[in-house]
Amino acid sequence: MTTTVTREGTQAGVRRPAPRPGLRDRLSRWDVKASPYLYVAPFFIVFGIVGLFPLLYTAYVSLFHWDAGDDNPDFIGLDNFRELFADAQFWHSLENTVSIFLLSSVPQLIIAVLLAAMLSTRLRGATGWRVGILLPYAASLVALGIIFANLFGPRYGLVNGLLQTIGLSPVDWQANRFASHVAIAIMVNWRWTGYNALIVLAAMQAIPKELHEAALIDGAGTVRRFRHVTLPLLKPTLIFVTITSTIGGLQIFTEPKLFDAMPGSNNGGSTHQFQTVTLYLYQTAFENFDLGYASAIAWVLFLIIVVIAGLNYLLTGRIARTSKRRGA
Amino acid sequence: MLTTVTTFRKGLALTLGITMTALAVAACAGGGSSSGGDIPAAAGPNEHVELTLATFTEFGYEALIPEYERLHPNIKITHRKTGQGGPYAQDMMTKLAAGSGLADVQAVEEGHLSDILSKSSKFYDLTQVGPADASPDRWLSWKYEAGKDKNGKLIGYGTDIGPDAMCYRKDLLQQAGLPIDDASVKAMFATWDSYFAAGAQYSQKTGKAWFDSAAQNFNAMVNQLPVGYLDKDDKLTVESNQGIKDAWAKVTGAVGKGESAKLTAFSNEWNSGFRQSAFATKVCPAWMLGVVKEQAGPENAGKWAVTDAFPGGGGNWGGSYLTVPTQSKHPREAAALAAWLTAPEQQLKAFQAKGTFPSQVKALESPELLNQTDAYFGDAKIGELFVAQAKKVAKPQYKGPNDGQIQDNVTAPALQAVEQGKSPADGWQQLVDGAKKLAR
Repeated sequence: MTTTVTREGTQAGVRRPAPRPGLRDRLSRWDVKASPYLYVAPFFIVFGIVGLFPLLYTAYVSLFHWDAGDDNPDFIGLDNFRELFADAQFWHSLENTVSIFLLSSVPQLIIAVLLAAMLSTRLRGATGWRVGILLPYAASLVALGIIFANLFGPRYGLVNGLLQTIGLSPVDWQANRFASHVAIAIMVNWRWTGYNALIVLAAMQAIPKELHEAALIDGAGTVRRFRHVTLPLLKPTLIFVTITSTIGGLQIFTEPKLFDAMPGSNNGGSTHQFQTVTLYLYQTAFENFDLGYASAIAWVLFLIIVVIAGLNYLLTGRIARTSKRRGA
Repeated sequence: MLTTVTTFRKGLALTLGITMTALAVAACAGGGSSSGGDIPAAAGPNEHVELTLATFTEFGYEALIPEYERLHPNIKITHRKTGQGGPYAQDMMTKLAAGSGLADVQAVEEGHLSDILSKSSKFYDLTQVGPADASPDRWLSWKYEAGKDKNGKLIGYGTDIGPDAMCYRKDLLQQAGLPIDDASVKAMFATWDSYFAAGAQYSQKTGKAWFDSAAQNFNAMVNQLPVGYLDKDDKLTVESNQGIKDAWAKVTGAVGKGESAKLTAFSNEWNSGFRQSAFATKVCPAWMLGVVKEQAGPENAGKWAVTDAFPGGGGNWGGSYLTVPTQSKHPREAAALAAWLTAPEQQLKAFQAKGTFPSQVKALESPELLNQTDAYFGDAKIGELFVAQAKKVAKPQYKGPNDGQIQDNVTAPALQAVEQGKSPADGWQQLVDGAKKLAR
């Protein structure tokens, strides 16, 4: 019935002497074809303006000796990159970044999983505890940075005061390269552990109770159940948390900037002992106004992150495949 | 109903369009009047002019601005204040590079002046756009000359200065068996050699530090040299400049004898150092007295003293200039405002309001400045003392591009590294490498 009516309708349309479709028709056909693109366009337009364009323009700028405000920058090809690969300070800052990243991400994720395990047990006022561990995340990063820089003051800081009270010798948190990385990593961990713990906790609570019960009947203790039931099922979440903390860790900026004893300094310590790549990039661009070189640093950092993200992707794929095989 | 709305909308759009076009035409006309020469013509006496003034920390101009507006009813001033000098300078350099966003009158701190002077084409020559009464004899000659670029183009009117003196703790010197009578102190602080020698004695006897930070002394020493980090051809002198090498040897030698409290200036630990009596002497430009008072606190009142014996003669640290960027659409009005603000009468008022030490000859002769004393420093006649110090400053050292960067981001960290245990030779290499990298 419906088809007949439609067919009649079309026939009536065809019978009309107009060989080409009317304006309304053409518009509606065009509408069907183009609308989806228009609907997704805003994202791509905004991304193009604030994402893709700066990315490509940075690549363009990196080929010049370009001082801020320079009206006629000199084209120097890949010289900035050549110089960068021979730049000891760049490699030094990359080492610092990786070191701070490892010192923060590794303990952070371990503590986050343990915290989540504790929070998923029956606690009085569970919500209160859960909100509690998220509090450092809600606090202002700059305020935290200033407070921690004070706590780790080499002469009059609270941490050294405590160390001396218990009979240990004070640590120069500013001068010693490793100590400064530890101090900055503690700052990062303080802020992010609770956040990651909550994500892990959510995944933990999604694990079906039956699995735990089955393991319990088979005689598995708490530790065994945690290792052989909880952890394997947490893998996808752990990978997600690892990737996000990798990206964050490689871009770490505010903590080392505020940690420097010299107010407002971008040096990352007297011998750049805790200058990260982003801090070096920022100093090059907005303190030395060497935009070409800064763009080259930005691009190399971008490529490093892409490579590490790629490795993560391969890792995820492999783990997903093995678990599928196990499932079959 | 629908048609009414549409008509109304069309009408609105039309009105808006006409207004916009009119505005655009007006803007073009405004711009057109300036195309005759390089400098836009002065506005008529009844033409409404809006000026912006950008300053940082405290210039003491709050009460002066309404006064200027009263004197010039056609001028409306917006004052943009920034809390800290560092972010302010960075913001200014970015806006300078971007080509827009600067104020009509833009304050520049002495430490950042070298960066501005190397971009002097982006500022008006104040001898051309400024009023005639802002003549060279208004200022101390070293202050006036430092506001000129290599080719003699004047881009800044001096506001305040920071003549150097020495602050010291009478009680600590006495405990260490050092003389504290005026003549002996003056002899002790006569040269850098005698100053560091006294420090070695002090540190050996007490096991405590003589000064707060190596960089604080080193900067003052380098500023006294005839040639600084860069010569007039903007060539890096570090490796060939014997004065810099000598200063390095003297300061790092003193660090080796335990004379430095190893506190990075203006850090939290440095602030605590004042209260902990961590050091006995301190390079003290005029504005530093306020810092000492605040950080050392009332419990140390009367213990600090200030003397006009500054090692190696006079020196200056700090103070600012008012500039008119070429971004300004009203350079003549802006320069007139800058000239008025930096006139002796106004700078004296600013001094009374916020303690900014004036750089104008007439202001330095005023009895209210000369008779100023400070109870915290044992009723020292600080007005007279700093006026004398201001007159001791030799002709200004030429500061090439990146001079301030070398001081803050190369020398200071290199000295800090030596304080943290690096050998003076390695520290020197760090300085040379860092300076070369910046100057390339």
